[in-house]
Amino acid sequence: MRTLLYFSIGILFGITMFKSEAASWFRIYEMFQFNAFHMYGIIGSALFCGAIITFVLKKFNVNSVVDGEPIVIPSKESGWKRYLFGGVFFGFGWAISGACPGPMFTVLGAGFLPILVVIASATLGTFCYGLLQKKIPH
Amino acid sequence: MIEFLLQPWPWCFSGPMIAFVLFLLLWTGKSFGMSSNLRTLCAAMGAGKNVSFFQFDWKAQRWNLVVASGAVLGGFIASNYLSASTAVAISPATITQLNEMGILDAGQSYMPAQLFSLAAFSSVKSVLLLSLGGFLVGFGARYAGGCTSGHAISGLSNFQLPSLIAVIGFFVGGLIVNHFILPILL
Repeated sequence: MRTLLYFSIGILFGITMFKSEAASWFRIYEMFQFNAFHMYGIIGSALFCGAIITFVLKKFNVNSVVDGEPIVIPSKESGWKRYLFGGVFFGFGWAISGACPGPMFTVLGAGFLPILVVIASATLGTFCYGLLQKKIPH
Repeated sequence: MIEFLLQPWPWCFSGPMIAFVLFLLLWTGKSFGMSSNLRTLCAAMGAGKNVSFFQFDWKAQRWNLVVASGAVLGGFIASNYLSASTAVAISPATITQLNEMGILDAGQSYMPAQLFSLAAFSSVKSVLLLSLGGFLVGFGARYAGGCTSGHAISGLSNFQLPSLIAVIGFFVGGLIVNHFILPILL
């Protein structure tokens, strides 16, 4: 039952990523060229609504609809190095592949099979972070 | 309504839909962060045997892999049954620019054929670009503790300073590569 619930949420997410064109390499390229408002409009309006949703859930101590437990929205650990350095690495890859970790899966479903190379190397990149975690600044 | 859904969705509909997905995941006691899937995948493949970063109860994170599987099916449904056309109407300026760089299907398709058609598998350059891009996305997302969904949407919605720093990083890295490196690589 829960599997079906999360699978359905995933379907909705996948459709949204495809139809919004946020999963398109071209839209990501155009965003970094500042040639269109589209991607900024998507992120901005998602944030505007997301901030209201997050505020309301916290303000009224809403419980999870699944098990009745309080909804916990964890704070990110403080610091800046990992966020800046990691963010820049992510940005390098985002501009080349035009794909972030969510849309990757959508693009696969849409039938662009070379995205499998991106998914496999992203998994390898994640593994390499795990290897280096204690040796790089955080 | 159907007519509207079959067109590319405008930003003012897409953004709130993403926020709705964020709401659904929070309301069902989870969080919106897609790159965690890659860590879960590593753990599920046995990476925890050698690397402590992957020693966690990955089965508790199975729901997130289920969300990702749904996203695959969602992509299939949207491209095959919910799209009158899958051409992405990017701006004329971008089309001209990409044409000059040799990407001739700009404005006519969803993804550039050079990187995402089946022929890309037999191009060393394309496979290298996809590998490099993917590797950096995976490494960077985990280093930064999240990606576009975890930081740019969830984190900023919760006014987290670390997420703002990460998003600034995303754009610093993306702008450098887009403006100075991609013209050479493509």
